[in-house]
Amino acid sequence: MISAINLSVTYHGKIVLRDATVKAEPGKVLALVGPSGCGKTSFLAALNRMTDLIPGANIRGQITFDGRPIDSVFSNRAELRRHVGMIFQKPNPFALSIRRNIELGLREHGQRNRDELRQITEKVLRDVGLWDEVQNRLDQSALELSGGQQQRLCIARAIALKPQVLLMDEPCSALDPLAAEHVEKLIQSMRGQYTIIIVTHNLAQARRLADNIAVFWTRDSVGEIVEHGPTETLFGASSNEIVKSYLSGRRG
Amino acid sequence: MSSTQSVKPTRSGQSTHTIRELTAAFSIWLAAGLVMAILAWILIDISIRGLSQINLSFLIDDVTDAGRSGGIGPIILSTILILFVTLSVSVPLSIATAIALTEQLNSESLLARYVRRCLDILAGVPSIVFGLFGNAFFTITLGLGYSILSGGLTLSCMVLPILIRTAEQAINSVPLEHRHAAAALGMSRSTTLFRVILPAAAPALAAGIVLSIGRALAETAALIFTSGYVARTPESLFDSGRSLSVHIYDLAMNVPNGGARAYAAACVLVAMLLVINETTALLLKFAGLGSTPHAGGCR
Amino acid sequence: MSRNDLILKIISRVSALLSAAVVLLILRFLIHEATPALREIGLYRFLTDPSWHPLSGNFNLKPMIVATLVTSLGAVLIAGPLGIASGLFVHFYAPPALATWHRRIVEILAGIPSVVFGLWGLVVLAPIIANLGGSGQNLLTATVVLGLMVLPTVAVLSDNAVAAVPREAIQGAAALGMSRWATVWNIVLPESRSGIVAGIILALTRAFGETMAVLMLAGNVVEMPTSLLSPGRTLNANIALELGYASTSHRSVLFVSGLILMLVVSVMVTVISRRRRTTQ
Repeated sequence: MISAINLSVTYHGKIVLRDATVKAEPGKVLALVGPSGCGKTSFLAALNRMTDLIPGANIRGQITFDGRPIDSVFSNRAELRRHVGMIFQKPNPFALSIRRNIELGLREHGQRNRDELRQITEKVLRDVGLWDEVQNRLDQSALELSGGQQQRLCIARAIALKPQVLLMDEPCSALDPLAAEHVEKLIQSMRGQYTIIIVTHNLAQARRLADNIAVFWTRDSVGEIVEHGPTETLFGASSNEIVKSYLSGRRG
Repeated sequence: MSSTQSVKPTRSGQSTHTIRELTAAFSIWLAAGLVMAILAWILIDISIRGLSQINLSFLIDDVTDAGRSGGIGPIILSTILILFVTLSVSVPLSIATAIALTEQLNSESLLARYVRRCLDILAGVPSIVFGLFGNAFFTITLGLGYSILSGGLTLSCMVLPILIRTAEQAINSVPLEHRHAAAALGMSRSTTLFRVILPAAAPALAAGIVLSIGRALAETAALIFTSGYVARTPESLFDSGRSLSVHIYDLAMNVPNGGARAYAAACVLVAMLLVINETTALLLKFAGLGSTPHAGGCR
Repeated sequence: MSRNDLILKIISRVSALLSAAVVLLILRFLIHEATPALREIGLYRFLTDPSWHPLSGNFNLKPMIVATLVTSLGAVLIAGPLGIASGLFVHFYAPPALATWHRRIVEILAGIPSVVFGLWGLVVLAPIIANLGGSGQNLLTATVVLGLMVLPTVAVLSDNAVAAVPREAIQGAAALGMSRWATVWNIVLPESRSGIVAGIILALTRAFGETMAVLMLAGNVVEMPTSLLSPGRTLNANIALELGYASTSHRSVLFVSGLILMLVVSVMVTVISRRRRTTQ
C-alpha cells in the first residue's frame, strides 16, 4: 500500500532520520516504536508531506503508493492528504460545531449534497461510537467535548474522507486511561478497513494492536529503523540485541 | 545595596535601609494614586458639567446658535458616516494585509520586512500630518473637497497600522494545530483560512476593529481640514460634516460661552469611548486573549 | 495551487503593498507641496527671518520649534517618572485587585481624546495655573496636560517590560533576603531598562505629534518663550491654525513644517523598532 524507501528527514540541514525503509501492508496495522526523539513522528509526517508545513524541514528518498511514487499518483498535496489521513497526538478539532468539523473536509473535496453530508456525518459518528453521545448536540462547539470524544471526532472527520491510509501519532497518549482504552478499541475495530500506521510509546499497546512493528533507534543522534517485521516475531525472538532488550522493557 | 558581607547588619545600616524602603514605597503609591486621582478628576469633572445638559433632544436636535443651543444630531450623523467610510475601506484592506503578513509571506522576506517598516512609520505619523496629507490628496488632488468622504478616507489611512497589528495578532493566536488538522484533511489554503482560521480569530479581529473605532472617534486634527466644519445635516458623503471631536474643539475655542455645551458633547464622546473600551475588553476575554497590555498600547 | 488560493495570494499581496504605499503617498504629497517653499525660501531663512509674518514674507519657525521641543520634552519629564512608577506599582506594590483596577484606569486614560484633555485643561487646569501669573494658557499648562496624555504609553510599556523580567531572577533576589525596593532597583529596573526606554521614546514621539491639546492650551502666540509661563505656539498647532486660509508660499511653508514633523517621528520610530529587534 504505502511504503517508504530510503527516506531521510532533515531540519535546517540537520539530519534527524536516515534511510528509513518500511512497507505498510494493506488493511494491517503497523506500529512504529522506539525511544523519544528517534524520528518516528518525522517519519510519519513525511508520509503525507505534513513536513511541508514545518519550516526548515526537508525530505529525501521515495514514498510510494501502490508501488508508484506519490507525486505521480496524486496531483497535489491536498489529494495526497485526502487519501492518507492523519490523527494527531493532541485532539485538534476546529473551533466550530461538531457537524461543521466533519462537513468541512467533505465540502472541500466536492461533497455538497446536504442529504449525503448528513448521512455521512451520521455514519462516521456511528463508526467511532460517538453518535449516541452527540446526536442531540451536533450544532454545539466541538471544543465542549471531552478529550476522548474530541479525539474520536477527529478520527471520524478523517475517515469521512474515505482515506486508504490513516497515520496516527500517539493518538492515545494525551488522553486519560479510560478514554485511551476507548480510542484503542476503536482502532482495533478499524483493522481491515484501513491501512493504519501508528506511532506509540506504549509497547503493550503496540503488541495488542499491531500486525507489524518497526523499531526506531538513535545512532550518533540520528534516528533510523533497526528492525521491522511481524509483531509476534519481533516480540518473540528478535535477532537484534537492541530490539530484544527494548521490546522486553530492559532498555529505552 | 543590602549588606551581604555581614550576617548581622549594623543598626544604622538597617535604619537607612528601612527609610529607603519606606520612601520608595511612599513615592510609588503616591505616583500611582496621582494617576488614578487625575483620571477620576477628569471623568468626574466631565460628568458633573456635562451630564445635566444631556437629554434625548440634545442628541437628535439640529445645531443652533453655533452650538450654544440646540443639539448635536447632525454632528452624530456625520461622525457615524465618517466612521462608516473609514471602516469600509480600512477593514478589508487591513485584514488582507494581515493575511499576507501572517499566512503568505515568510516574515524574513524582503516584502514582509518592507511592509512592516512602512507600517511602523505610519503608526507614528502625527495626526496633523494626516490632516495635511488628506487635505492635499483627498480634498484637492482627488477633488473630493471638504467632505465626509475625504475625512473618512484620511482616517482609514490613520487606523490602518492598529487594525493590521491587531488582525495579525488575532490570526497568529489561532493554534497551529488547527492549521495542521486542516492540512491533514487536504484542505486548500484559502478554505483553511476562510473556514477555519478567520472564524476562530473572529472575536479578536472584532476587538481590533472596535479599538480602531475608538481611535477614529477620538481624532480631531486630521479631520479639521478634510471633513471640515459644517454643522448641518449632511445629505451625501460628498457633503462636509463636522465630527463630534471637531465640534468640541470648535465650541471650546471659537465660540464665546460655548464651554458648557462643549462639556455636554465631551460627555457623549467619553461615554461612547468607555463603552468601546469595555467592548474591546469583553471581546478579547471572549477570544481568550485576556485584556492584554498590548491592546492598550496600540492607541 | 487551486484557483482560489491564487486569487487569495494576489489580493493579499496587493493589499500589503497598498498598505505600505500609504506612507510613501503621504511623503510624496508632503514633499510635493513643500518643494516651492524649500526652493524659493530655503531652510536657512526659517531660522533667520526676523519674525513669523507669512503674509508679508517672513517665515521664522524658530519660536515654534522651541515651543514644540519644550512642551514635548517637558511632557516626557512628567510622564516618565509617573509611568515607570505606575508600571512598578502594578507588579510590586499594589494588591492584585488594585493592580487590575490600576491597569484599567491607565487604559481608560489612554482612550480619552485629546480634545477632551484640551477642554479639561482649558476649563479646570488653566485657571489654577493662572495663579502663577498670566492667563493660564501657556507652555506650562500645555506641558502638564501633554504629560498626562502620554503617561499611559510609558505606563503600559513599563508594565510589559517589568512583566518580561524572568521570575527566577526575582525569586533569586527574594531567596537572598533582598527587600522589595532593593529587588526593584538592583534586579528589575536593569533587566527591564530597554523596554522602559522604548516606552519613553514612544511617549516622546506621541508628545511630539500631538496637536489639539497643545493648540487649546498653549496660548498660540508666536514669540520666543522666555519662561514656562510664556504663551507659545507649536509647529503642529501652527498648521492647525493657519492651513484653513494659507495659500501659495505660506501653505507651502506649513507643509515644510509637516515634513519636518514626519521625518523626526520616522527617525524616532525606526530607532525604537531597531532597539526592539536587537533586544529580542
